Amino acid sequence: MDRHGHWLTRGGLALAAALPAAFLAIFFVWPVSSIIARGVLVDGTVDLGGFAETLGNSRTLRVIGQTLAQSVVGTTLAVLLGLPGAYLLYRCRFPGRGAVRALVTVPFVLPTVVVGVAFRSLLVDGGPLAFLGADGTFGAVVAALVFFNYAVVVRTVGAMWAHLDPRAEQAARALGASPARAFLEITLPALAPAIASAASLVFLFCATAFGTVLILGGPAYGTVETEIWVQTTQFLDLRTAAVLSTVQLLVVTASLVVSGWSRRRRETALQIQTDTDTAHRVRRADLPAVLVTTLAVLGLLAPLASLLAGSLRTPTGVGLDNFANLATTGSGASAGDGLGSGLEVSVWQAALNSLRIAVDATWIAMLVGVLICLLVSRRPRRPAARRLLGAFDAAFMLPLGVSAVTVGFGFLITLDRPPLDLRSSAVLVPIAQAVVAVPLVIRTLLPVLRSVDQRLREAAAVLGAGPVTVFAAVDLPVLGRSLGLAVGFAFAVSLGEFGATSFLARPDRPTLPVVIFRLIGRPGADNLGMALAASVVLATITTVVIGLAERLRVQSAGAEL
Amino acid sequence: MFTHTRTAALAAASLALTACSAIGSDSGASSDSTDAGSAGGTVVLVTHDSFAVDKKLMADFERESGLTVKTRAPGDAGTLVNQLVLTKDSPLGDVVFGIDNSFASRALGAGVLQPYASPQTPERADELAVDDSDRLTPVDYGDVCINVDRGWFADRDVPEPQTLEDLTDPTYKDLLVVTNPATSSPGLSFLLATVGAFGEDGWRDYWAALRDNGVKVSDSWSDAYFVDFSGSQGKGPRPIVLSYASSPPAEAGPKAAKAPTRALLETCFRQVEYAGVIDGADNPEGAQQLIDFMLSTRFQETIPTTMYMYPVDEQAELPPAWARFGPLSEQPFEVSVEQIDANRREWIEQWTATVIG
Repeated sequence: MDRHGHWLTRGGLALAAALPAAFLAIFFVWPVSSIIARGVLVDGTVDLGGFAETLGNSRTLRVIGQTLAQSVVGTTLAVLLGLPGAYLLYRCRFPGRGAVRALVTVPFVLPTVVVGVAFRSLLVDGGPLAFLGADGTFGAVVAALVFFNYAVVVRTVGAMWAHLDPRAEQAARALGASPARAFLEITLPALAPAIASAASLVFLFCATAFGTVLILGGPAYGTVETEIWVQTTQFLDLRTAAVLSTVQLLVVTASLVVSGWSRRRRETALQIQTDTDTAHRVRRADLPAVLVTTLAVLGLLAPLASLLAGSLRTPTGVGLDNFANLATTGSGASAGDGLGSGLEVSVWQAALNSLRIAVDATWIAMLVGVLICLLVSRRPRRPAARRLLGAFDAAFMLPLGVSAVTVGFGFLITLDRPPLDLRSSAVLVPIAQAVVAVPLVIRTLLPVLRSVDQRLREAAAVLGAGPVTVFAAVDLPVLGRSLGLAVGFAFAVSLGEFGATSFLARPDRPTLPVVIFRLIGRPGADNLGMALAASVVLATITTVVIGLAERLRVQSAGAEL
Repeated sequence: MFTHTRTAALAAASLALTACSAIGSDSGASSDSTDAGSAGGTVVLVTHDSFAVDKKLMADFERESGLTVKTRAPGDAGTLVNQLVLTKDSPLGDVVFGIDNSFASRALGAGVLQPYASPQTPERADELAVDDSDRLTPVDYGDVCINVDRGWFADRDVPEPQTLEDLTDPTYKDLLVVTNPATSSPGLSFLLATVGAFGEDGWRDYWAALRDNGVKVSDSWSDAYFVDFSGSQGKGPRPIVLSYASSPPAEAGPKAAKAPTRALLETCFRQVEYAGVIDGADNPEGAQQLIDFMLSTRFQETIPTTMYMYPVDEQAELPPAWARFGPLSEQPFEVSVEQIDANRREWIEQWTATVIG
């Protein structure tokens, strides 16, 4: 490579690093460190007394223990159930596959309060699943965590699995290895980076779950996240909140170190299949995967069915009244009797707001996410440089593991003065959602991109291709196939995001989850019915958008690798 | 070829979606235009996430006053007050609505409000005022009360409970569901009702008796009311729930002759919601005009429909269902705002230790 090209590459990489770094610094690091600093700094000096006090409290320790327990169990179960699902939905071909893929993603976007109500309606005394005796138990909390995160495993691992060259496993089988052995020794190691990615995502989601845990576990199941919420929004005890936020950061960082380590140990260049057709028809040997996945999907469907049934229930029987009401700002006909829902806009208007905001959040997340992936997928020879990239990658995962309350209150005290007085700007909502979506984009794209053999890029460079051509000819085709998955994921995150959005939402332009939260906070059959109907709308929009995004593929002349 | 066509179509579709991006359309939205062609300018209302206003009414106000009203709703009442306190040096807006009596003392103590005595203030507002500093103007109020499912009790020929003491009676074992005071505002109100009823020394014993009588604690109002309560659309297992005096009209529906649920008026705690001009407001005159508007009869009459609270203005006409099925308590339990603010945390912690363990 000539000198000129070298500098061009360097410059490009620096630029690719600068934009995401600035994004993370302004919209995450600065707000979060400012709010923690408020709790730790007293009159300019560091006061760590809060740590001894808070951590010396037996309740705090119990809460930390509970958070870890539910996260570890939830993650393990989600991964165990999700692997067969990833195989079946991304490696096998059967009619209706696209629909099932989209369907399993629906729980991921549903507002926790609605799912909590749907879940508990099944488990409560007199409900269809009352015999399980699970209402208010650890089991119910874990089941809900798996419900929300199943899709994360299926999609993250599936994105990798779909492109894995089947020939290595076929060769092993031809040489006499049993299917189990071929899977354990060939396929599983190849998937390990993607599994580690998925597990770390799910762990972060579980560790910061808020509504789910509160509703299903009841008050006895406090977590670090719920404690931070109470301390910050109810007691204004920033000292205790700072301690808990620090604990949360430490747990998250530790989990990222572990997952990064297990990922790197396994990450090698893989034989990536160029055409997308690695999928085969369902065979008899796939029966276990079919069974597990059928059970898992049925498990996902139960609360969704309860939701759908509720949305069709009217005071007089069954009907579409609740859906008809979505066009109004409440129980229109009866508003004269003081039975409104207190909405300023109709649910359809809120759906439109959600879609618009999601478009912005998605392109921001994709821009930032793709840049990070291009950078982090490099394999520099110097160990120090490698570690630096690893840390850079991990830093973008942190937003998933930090409380939305901490970020929301942090925004408030940092982005409050010109030139960055964004508190009242409409831009902040998609940005806050993008901060949450970026880690999912990275974890979807990076395993695929990293599996590209570096020698391909070098070969292209030797043959005289400039950095842009190398990117277009080598990286883009590989990236292109997973791009749709990442777009769908980012869009889904944005559609469903509630925590950060609720701090920034504006009553005149609410998102769909915000409206649903509001409806379900009012008495009356109409309001509950509308909340459930609106959730069905949210689920439908998600299914359609994800279905479309999955078809999205970037075609490129260099597709023949 | 087929794939390429499809790709092109999808690209076109995504472009179309981009065209409706929120950032792109932001400047055109009326609520954001800083200049409404008037001298009044913009007034920023900071409120809680249950705030709502009749859109037409607000448009009328904007036209008459020449003001443009922007609304921000960062969370529940606690979040609202805490955010005001944190942003004292760089205020979030001009006027606040939705500070309630459980957080009033914190807002006053932190000095985030400036005095304003509205000429519109109705008589009843004096009874509901926190102090005589004119920094918090009462706008609406309501009662948090135990509600019962009347049909459940009628079917079983069991008399409905009436008082707080009744709830500890074995007749009502395992029938009551309340919400967690740490995470739910009605939950805190009910804890305060018991403090008011049994005193600082007696309320923990009362809760111990409730616990022994099988009280269920759910996390949020939605959860308790729609999942556990038998009198809502959710048709849960428990016929006694913590809710509001305004809930029975909502269950009755517009044309009902009687309501299926009833609020026990001897178990209530009164919530009052206040508005105030934020200290350091950019547009204090606009803030004052907005408070006057919130006290006007036309705004007050929409409060039951939009926010499920009762207007402070006694001239304001209540919706018929409210007048029939939603009476307020004549003697709600009381705890002073200073006492609430000084003890909130301790009480919640003691409550958790007593009831949850």
